[in-house]
Amino acid sequence: MDKDKLTINQLNLHYGDFHALKDISMHIPEKKVTAFIGPSGCGKSSFLKSLNRMNDLVETAKITGEVLLDGEDIYGKMDVNLLRKRVGMVFQKPNPFPMSIYDNIAYGPRTHGIRNKAKLDDIVEQALRNAAIWEETKDRLKRNALGLSGGQQQRLCIARAMAVEPEVLLMDEPTSSLDPISTAKIEDLVLELSSKYTIVIVTHNMQQAVRTSDLTAFFLLGEVIEMATTDQLFSMPKDQRTEDYITGRFG
Amino acid sequence: MRSKFDEQLALLNQYMIEMGTLCETIIADANQALLENDEGLARKTMAADAEIDRKEREIESHCLRLLLQQQPVARDLRQISSALKMITDMERIGDQAADISEIITFGSIHEEDMVRPIDEMAKATMKMVIESIDAYVNQDAELAHKIIAYDDVVDELFNEMKRVLVERIATQCCDANAALDLLMIAKYFERIGDHATNIAEWVLFSITGSREGDD
Repeated sequence: MDKDKLTINQLNLHYGDFHALKDISMHIPEKKVTAFIGPSGCGKSSFLKSLNRMNDLVETAKITGEVLLDGEDIYGKMDVNLLRKRVGMVFQKPNPFPMSIYDNIAYGPRTHGIRNKAKLDDIVEQALRNAAIWEETKDRLKRNALGLSGGQQQRLCIARAMAVEPEVLLMDEPTSSLDPISTAKIEDLVLELSSKYTIVIVTHNMQQAVRTSDLTAFFLLGEVIEMATTDQLFSMPKDQRTEDYITGRFG
Repeated sequence: MRSKFDEQLALLNQYMIEMGTLCETIIADANQALLENDEGLARKTMAADAEIDRKEREIESHCLRLLLQQQPVARDLRQISSALKMITDMERIGDQAADISEIITFGSIHEEDMVRPIDEMAKATMKMVIESIDAYVNQDAELAHKIIAYDDVVDELFNEMKRVLVERIATQCCDANAALDLLMIAKYFERIGDHATNIAEWVLFSITGSREGDD
């Protein structure tokens, strides 16, 4: 049995009167890639954001239930900054800070108190290497990150997320704005990183879920309809609604 | 909804039925050529194998196009991948019926040499082939299981053939060349039964996602 990194028990999320997530319970194993699929508005991104309390920023959001990170409830006494250091996030659109490549990566470690130049240099290089973008950026670390291509910016954001050495990486449709070559690079990266990190990826691209993930959960109208190994879910789904969705006969 | 894709899958079923019918016909013709010692029909049957080969390539390219264009998953993927496996066995059935026909053209077997089990073997294998395609098109797991079990009938008929032929050779009541050719033909029918069993196993895979005996 794989160790659970995240355990979710009966999570409910309301945005005002709207019941966005309904009684979700799930185990997310350590050092595996878990994919969330489902139609737009089914709650998969909301659920992803609940895993590092990004919904705290939404005023009308109300959450009940438990999200345990290594057994500890993230909605309990855990410090939110520490939580987000442990559970990093990469968004749909690359969002580098308008500063140099180097400073983008060093930003997180600096806020966590690292000031030593040699140490920061080391962190920046390692993070850029891990995100497979070191070779492309090593000679222009002082240049503005906004000058990078979309695919490079997204890998920079992954490097930035990894610079604080998180344990879990949440990725919300990380390749939806990228071309096929950049997409392939990010997918390779996901597979590479899964030996060290627990990765949760939301994707609209079913083939991407097949290629990159170990487990897949299918969301529909705020519920998890089915969760299984990716092989199982895409070859023999148990629920007719899953079958209809993945075979494109939905609705 | 994916109406175009559904049309293409329906077309795949249609092609499979056509190839199944070709297999049924080639077995029936080989059997008739044997029973009636009809060398002309035997030669025609050998040529009919080329039609089955063409059908195999047609289905193969249809399936590859569907895999490329539609990136199928779940039951769609199983339906297409099973078809790709089934046509290989169907093509072999065509080869073996052609081999049977070729032996008939050697002219060693005469009407008085004929033995009952051969005709029964031919009919049993035809039944297996045609029913396995029915099971595929109608996604009928129960029928697929029955076909797999029915292979024992064909195997038993083959054993009976061997006993009859050994007895004939021992009592010198038939030509040894004819006996050996009949044994070869019986073996080809027995192999056709095995291919039909493989087809039925792939039908089960397309329905259930696992093959018979996988557990």
